[in-house]
Amino acid sequence: MGAQLRVYKRRIKSVSATKKITRAMEMIAASRIIKAQRKVAASEPYAKELTRAVGAVAQGSDARHPLTTEAERPTRAAVLLITSDRGLAGGYNSNAIKAAEQLNNRLAAEGKEVVSFIVGSKGVSYYGFRGRPVEKSWTGFTDSPTYADAKAVAAPLIEAITADTESEGGVDELHIVYTEFVSMMTQTPVENRMLPLTFEEGQAAAEAGAKGVLPLYDFEPSAEDVLDALLPRYVESRIYNALLQAAASKHAATRRAMKSATDNAEELIKSLTRLANAARQADITQEISEIVGGASALADANAGSDR
Amino acid sequence: MAELHVELVAADRKVWSGEASLVVARTSSGDIGVMPGHQPLLGVLESGPVTIRTSGESGDGTVVAAVHGGFISFAENQLSLLAEVAELTDEIDVERAERALEQAKSQADDDAEKRASVRLRAVTAVR
Repeated sequence: MGAQLRVYKRRIKSVSATKKITRAMEMIAASRIIKAQRKVAASEPYAKELTRAVGAVAQGSDARHPLTTEAERPTRAAVLLITSDRGLAGGYNSNAIKAAEQLNNRLAAEGKEVVSFIVGSKGVSYYGFRGRPVEKSWTGFTDSPTYADAKAVAAPLIEAITADTESEGGVDELHIVYTEFVSMMTQTPVENRMLPLTFEEGQAAAEAGAKGVLPLYDFEPSAEDVLDALLPRYVESRIYNALLQAAASKHAATRRAMKSATDNAEELIKSLTRLANAARQADITQEISEIVGGASALADANAGSDR
Repeated sequence: MAELHVELVAADRKVWSGEASLVVARTSSGDIGVMPGHQPLLGVLESGPVTIRTSGESGDGTVVAAVHGGFISFAENQLSLLAEVAELTDEIDVERAERALEQAKSQADDDAEKRASVRLRAVTAVR
């Protein structure tokens, strides 16, 4: 066997081994998307009812609360960036990080100091490599986050926003950057301002709740107390939803990346097989011409000696 | 008889939904009973058992759930009970809750003790 042919054969073997792996990863990711989507759907009733309740309080009372009123001169803003722990997901992480970068630049241009909170080791290592300060980070649960994880993430954020900005190092605003799961094929990084609640958000919440005007609620024990209890839960539920969507998006991105890797491997195997075939043919052709050449040389020599 | 529609949802799932004639829950200022046609209400729930007297399509009976903090909201005959953690009594493992209570008491873990005792209270409320 020719040297050339042996090299091609070896490469085909290694590419098909890789293809097997990427195909398996594609299958795994595909099954996880379904699970993650189911979790998103299961968390929806709670989030919906909570948004409705927040809308009701925001509309039905004139209670002033640190979480709903805008600071006159916001100076510090917290940004929560949600990435994944593992790569092999195409542009998933870099897109989310890029969206966070844009937000950071915008906030800096508005004269606000950005305090970073990060979920997922990809984001952590991006910031670590560039030597940027990270207030707090979490890793290890991005593939299937639980509500307890969301609570753990929300706690320091709520603490930071309730603390006084100047004296206690708190923040005035809370932004969240995550990848929204639009469909199997589309996942878009989005950035939202979670707190203080924007007016449109309260409005949208109210509309989502009861199509039009909400009834006048009786608050038990009082509007302030209800709001006090409600808003941290609201933040937790928003973060939980964002984590779940990010997980679903990550799996979808992995599936797509692995699918195209499998397709590429297939393509590569095909062209390598062609090359190997050509090399084999060339070997055979050469051998034949060598034999023919040798035979005719022999025949020529014999013919000479006969005379 | 008039009915109200109840949705009992936990953070990660819907626990129970159906028709009821009376719902009794514990808010931070005391127990409150909600019947059809109640004034719109939004309250903060304490950890405790919630009793739902079912009627209509759901059949006559009583459903009791252990709720660990959360909210009650009622408007237009729709009652929502929101809780981070909520369990129906038949989902509660009594032995485990009792063990957890013992353990929490010995370790002076107030939160765990409260959780376990709420579960046990909910189970005894059914009997």
